[in-house]
Amino acid sequence: MRVPSYWRNMPFIYRLSGWRCEHCGAFHPVKPLLCRRCRSRRFSAVELPRTGRLRAYTILRSPPKEFKDLAPYAIGLIELDDGTRVLGQLTDFRSEELRNGVRVEAVFRRIRVNGEEGLIEYGYKFRPVAREASPP
Amino acid sequence: MVRVGGVAIRGYGGYVPRYRIRAEEIGRIWGVGAAELPVGEKSVAGPDEDVATMAVEAARMALRRAGIDPRKIGAIHVGSESKPYAVKPTGTIVAEAIGANPSKLAADFEFACKAGTEALSLISGLIQTGIIEYGLAIGADTAQGRPRDALEYTAASGAAAFILGKPDRQAVALIEAWSGYVTDTPDFWRRPFDRYPVHAARFTGAPAYFKHVVGAVKSLLDGDGYSIDEIDYFVFHQPNVKFPLAAAKMLGIPKEKVLPGLLSDKIGNTYSACSLLGLVKVLDQAQPGQKILLASYGSGAGSDAFIIKVLDAILERRDLAPRLDSFLEDKIYIDYATYLKFRGEILRR
Amino acid sequence: MGKVFIAGVGFTKIAEHWDRSLDGLLVEASLKAFDNAGLSEVDSIYVGNALAEALQDQMHLGAAVAEDLGLARVPAFRVEAAEASGAAALYAGFNEVASGRADAVLVVGGEKLSDGLPEEVSSGLMMGGRPYYESFIGADFYSLNALLYRIYCERYGCDNLASFPVMSHAHAEGVAHAQYPFKLSLEKVLSSPFIAEPLRRLEVSGIGDGAAAVILVGERLAGKLKSPLSQLQVASATDRLNPFDRESPLRFQSVGLAVSLVLRDARLSRNEIGFIELYDATSIMAALCLESSGFADPGKSGELAARGELDLGGSLPCNTFGGLKARGHPLGATALYQIAEAHLQVTDQAGRNQVDSAGAGLAIAIGGVGATAFASIVKRV
Repeated sequence: MRVPSYWRNMPFIYRLSGWRCEHCGAFHPVKPLLCRRCRSRRFSAVELPRTGRLRAYTILRSPPKEFKDLAPYAIGLIELDDGTRVLGQLTDFRSEELRNGVRVEAVFRRIRVNGEEGLIEYGYKFRPVAREASPP
Repeated sequence: MVRVGGVAIRGYGGYVPRYRIRAEEIGRIWGVGAAELPVGEKSVAGPDEDVATMAVEAARMALRRAGIDPRKIGAIHVGSESKPYAVKPTGTIVAEAIGANPSKLAADFEFACKAGTEALSLISGLIQTGIIEYGLAIGADTAQGRPRDALEYTAASGAAAFILGKPDRQAVALIEAWSGYVTDTPDFWRRPFDRYPVHAARFTGAPAYFKHVVGAVKSLLDGDGYSIDEIDYFVFHQPNVKFPLAAAKMLGIPKEKVLPGLLSDKIGNTYSACSLLGLVKVLDQAQPGQKILLASYGSGAGSDAFIIKVLDAILERRDLAPRLDSFLEDKIYIDYATYLKFRGEILRR
Repeated sequence: MGKVFIAGVGFTKIAEHWDRSLDGLLVEASLKAFDNAGLSEVDSIYVGNALAEALQDQMHLGAAVAEDLGLARVPAFRVEAAEASGAAALYAGFNEVASGRADAVLVVGGEKLSDGLPEEVSSGLMMGGRPYYESFIGADFYSLNALLYRIYCERYGCDNLASFPVMSHAHAEGVAHAQYPFKLSLEKVLSSPFIAEPLRRLEVSGIGDGAAAVILVGERLAGKLKSPLSQLQVASATDRLNPFDRESPLRFQSVGLAVSLVLRDARLSRNEIGFIELYDATSIMAALCLESSGFADPGKSGELAARGELDLGGSLPCNTFGGLKARGHPLGATALYQIAEAHLQVTDQAGRNQVDSAGAGLAIAIGGVGATAFASIVKRV
């Protein structure tokens, strides 16, 4: 992403922070003027839960150019603990841990590095929960 | 020694990446036998990790233990010698990731392996003077090991974070005393465009590590300072297994008080996180009332030493985040080729 | 709204045209369509293309094509709807004729994917999502399809989906303009490497270049032309960009809506559709396309393919010249290949690929992973 766009989206990509429609509950990564689902106009700031379950996953072997160096990598569909569905890259998995239903948690990782000179883009990924602590 | 008043640890967190490489695997490549290996294995950051990402992991755990509103954190200082940008502070990235922006202060610190404790020292000052309400001190590194060099066996990755504030009923530990001992001793350095640091071999021992660690620790023990008997744990900077045990011996400290905070055999030398992770390990097991002496060492050279007293609240706050053991025990072993790939030695970026 | 007729079609072979430019392909297809229609002038030009900015550093394709055709004065527009850009151009051209504003319109779609590396094409396709979401994390088109495939497999079992590429290839044998005019066995498909598990390479359409054009005319002009005519209806619908933001990811609501609308506009029932040009960019999309448009029960489309029902001689012929998988899928041109082929069918010009007495054919084009759908009916007149 270009710098201003990356910067504008930091709350979502760093912290899974966003806006929930007060009428229908649809989650929006960026504060909208209108709900994408029901067109209502009232929103509450929300930080999505950081844990959930892996609903489905795939492993990309011929990725788009920005992610060539990372191949192969896994993309998962995660159902977070509040029911919100989110896509994310999966990281730090042993092969036996990569299966549907596995509990995962959001972590902060490098998403891509723009060469030697360019910006390092950080964001969320998901990894298997190896250790659960008591909720805060 | 300075008797510190009014600074407490509210939250702490330690993170070690999942990946490990055994020292004997590195030795296999270079023809070095088991007897000469300074540690058993070391931690390796994954290809999508760096100082910022590890610092965030540790900071998020510290925040869970502290239970404070991150917006009240006024300073976030990351000490590292492998920070992602030469110009652009890591602290602001960490702050954004934990919801602490806008903050007041966020410069990065460098002082080889003691950059993290330097952050701890300076943030203590900011708390004590009331300039900030809470401060976050982090030591984190993905240290660069020169292939075939002795330090390749130990240069590892990890992060430790501490949230400091004024003492209150939620504080898990108190910083009671502090001392620093710094001189110009060029035992280990890295020039700006070099990938790897250079070290002065045996010069890194007596005139460097031992002189400064012993110097800083003595300043806490001598005179009207503390007695060894009243301190329950000693956590030293641990670039390998030998040095911290030798320092303990020099100071007359029983080995049993050093072992609980000694991790280097299992994770190597995590540089700016090194002694701080030892502190995390001890905080994970210490009882209220017990005292910990922490002494870091940073080449170039210097040592920060602290006396930390554990408080009651640790019992209920400790398990609000995963203990360090869960990171120490959760391992994926990699071979040397994978290690080079992860360290960016094959695909140079 | 007045009736809209297809008066002529033209298209290039789909291949890696190293020595051709995008402009050249667009002109070739357009001239063929003009000749086929017996016309040399149109009132406006609609150009369907998805990635010219990304791969050719070319924007302003409308005016560029008008100039290339020696028609630099005619209104000309580039229309984009991701991979369905050709259908979007068709929809816009259709409207201008149906409204009576234009008597004749050229709709041409083209894409020159081989100017980019495969990973650049993949990057380009990823722009069908949001830059801070799908594109940011590298959840490319294939991975989204793969995730849908997984969920489909869990719910219905999915042994038969690989029959879709087998069916498409069987129809492309001997087709002059097809990129891959040869049979493909089920074994070959199932042993091809994964692109994104469980999606295999031979379940996914390849990368090729091509252009296809149609000339649309209104009733007034239609009466005066000698070329064989067919009648066109087009409808469209959208849905949320990301399939997992939708109520039921396995139902392409956009397709369901567009197909219902176009059937209503054409006053036809599903039974009267003689063949379907399915959007088989991937096997799972072909399945969801067929099911979402009501031609197969959920989970059952693979069976139809495996049983031969979708073959040229079957009860519901699909992809009569090879579909996206075997004829080819040069993004912005694809929908217009579908329309041109449907036109050949209903005007009895399909040769060895002729579906007997096909009265009407349905073509479905999809942008993104079901975010935009166009359903077109080409009817015998």
